[in-house]
Amino acid sequence: MIGGFMGVGTPRRIIDALVASGRRGLTLIANDTAMPGRGIGKLISAKAVRRLIVSHIGLNPETQKQMNDGTLEVELVPQGTLVECIRAGGMGLGAVVTPTGLGTGLEDGKRLLEIDGQMFLLEMPIRAEFAFIAARQSDYLGNLDYSLTAQNFNPIMAMAADTVIAEPEHIVPVGVIPPDSVRTPAVLVDHLIERPV
Amino acid sequence: MTPKERIARRVAQEIVPGTLVNLGIGLPSLVASFVPSEAGVFFQSENGVIGLGARPPEGMEDPDLTDAGGGFVTAVPGAAAIDSAMSFGLIRGGHIDVTVLGGLQVDETGHLANWMIPGKMVPGMGGAMDLATGARRVIVAMQHVAKDVSKVVRRCDLPLTSSRPIDLLVTDMGVFEVRESRLTLTEIAPGLTLEKVANATEARFETADNLGIMA
Repeated sequence: MIGGFMGVGTPRRIIDALVASGRRGLTLIANDTAMPGRGIGKLISAKAVRRLIVSHIGLNPETQKQMNDGTLEVELVPQGTLVECIRAGGMGLGAVVTPTGLGTGLEDGKRLLEIDGQMFLLEMPIRAEFAFIAARQSDYLGNLDYSLTAQNFNPIMAMAADTVIAEPEHIVPVGVIPPDSVRTPAVLVDHLIERPV
Repeated sequence: MTPKERIARRVAQEIVPGTLVNLGIGLPSLVASFVPSEAGVFFQSENGVIGLGARPPEGMEDPDLTDAGGGFVTAVPGAAAIDSAMSFGLIRGGHIDVTVLGGLQVDETGHLANWMIPGKMVPGMGGAMDLATGARRVIVAMQHVAKDVSKVVRRCDLPLTSSRPIDLLVTDMGVFEVRESRLTLTEIAPGLTLEKVANATEARFETADNLGIMA
């Protein structure tokens, strides 16, 4: 899974490295596929992704083309459900129970639950082998903080993968980020790679 | 003023001072410019900001401060930056007073379709399903007719966004309230007759006794 929203707060150095490595056949979980030539859009253009779990692909015609050609399998998930399923995956919860998607085509093949007279859709947690996330700063231990709308899915994905690689803009000495400002504690982060300006 | 701007101006009259409002991308985003800044309205953008401000002057853009369409924005004093789980907790949890969404179709029971045209256009629902389900009031802002086909239909044949009916529909031809799963025309655009609106509307609708003029 890769953090970012329309290319904002996305680990672009790691994405460039993935493209350069020539990896293929990836399953990618992300909010969107940005635009061609930007962030996750580069992985799509490089045809590195075989299966995609996202909420929005409207601004990337290349994603839609590969989907229509049948070379890319796309599963569309409501954004709030997607982030909550990733959160559940990271928080050790068994499912997400949400009203979003009720009475729409999203019900197909899913379990419905009635709780106290109200209907809900049961959605399963999402985890990944790797999370690639962007942050503003990391200290030497891997404590992270974030900036404005560059947070988006990043702190949530940091919980939900076997291996977490964070790409901060700056790596700073321990103590520079005060404990109250740490959004992702270092225990969740396995590797750091600084993002060039 | 273009038809879209007239729709946005009318929607803005629905925005109550001191509330939290989410505007969809496209036509709904025009609404913000018709809401006076002294109204104390906070705009939420689902990518993670409460207190969205106007586009920054050239050279003042912050690459880490954008709206849900990826465009550069500012944050007003008192703004808060949040992650996506908090953002959708606010949306699904009923903390957003009003959302204004675009539409492909609204039907006579007040149901909205706005996220895909199978085989033609599949942008994905993004945050629309959560907004249509969780916001306290759902307003749809859209043009009444596209390519000579009415977008106000008897029954949506495009995939639905939510099983919950919307609350208000504002088009370039009029304003419809959804009351008990039926459309009621409450205002008509200046210069139009009821017959003209009816001819451009596939859905059956009631007409309010005190039909107003849309301004």
